[in-house]
Amino acid sequence: MPESVAVVPFVVLAVAAVGGAVMMVLVRNVVHAAFWLLEVMMAVAGLFMLLSAGFLALIQVMVYAGAVSVLVLFTVMLTLRRREDAQRPLDLSWSAGIIALGVFGAVAAAVASFVPPVVSAPATTPGVAEFGALLFTQRALPFEIASVVLLIALVGAVWWAGGDDR
Amino acid sequence: MALAALLFCIGLFGALTKKSAVLVLMSLELMTNAVNLNLVAISRFVTPASMAGQFAASFVIVVAAAEIGLGLALVLALYKLRRTVELDRIDRLRG
Repeated sequence: MPESVAVVPFVVLAVAAVGGAVMMVLVRNVVHAAFWLLEVMMAVAGLFMLLSAGFLALIQVMVYAGAVSVLVLFTVMLTLRRREDAQRPLDLSWSAGIIALGVFGAVAAAVASFVPPVVSAPATTPGVAEFGALLFTQRALPFEIASVVLLIALVGAVWWAGGDDR
Repeated sequence: MALAALLFCIGLFGALTKKSAVLVLMSLELMTNAVNLNLVAISRFVTPASMAGQFAASFVIVVAAAEIGLGLALVLALYKLRRTVELDRIDRLRG
């Protein structure tokens, strides 16, 4: 892969993302795990910025850091009856670890043998304006389908989580 | 990409080991984030002009948002029904 992203911010953000993910899996408190997930999302947003995908970084912050983490925290709060329920035993199992390590080995081998077609990186990368123009011309149909998917998911979520008066 | 693979596998490990439904859903989010990171990274270096990976990643974000909303709604409905989110104790379909 052509080396053209700044190394130091990349290393910082990568360590933040991986460390946050490990902490999320290993921490015992559900609420703390939700906040570690938030930290990972912010680090990934920073990585998007580094990869000159500014619009995606914005979406990432709004959707994940704004909406998804609040939703997760609401669900955690609603499904805990006592404060002690937030403390959970460390659920670790050898079989899952072996499966995850195996998948990681396979994917790492694939990544190592992957030779990207070398293209010369352009001097200026397209920004948000170009992204929007392409989104509403070439990708208008997937855009509309995505809106319908979100609408159906909204109605379904309200239906499932709705009141007891049915 | 190695970073994305590592993140994906931590998410996979979490999804397979956790016994709380909310934590499983959080691990799923971690995995979709890893996939998005990979899409954007490859798009940045292979098709920088057409931004194909960025569009794919944005639609993945849409689907992931729908999935987490529906998943958490299911968890809430299940909690109202069974008063627990522990996946070990939701075993009505066990033979």
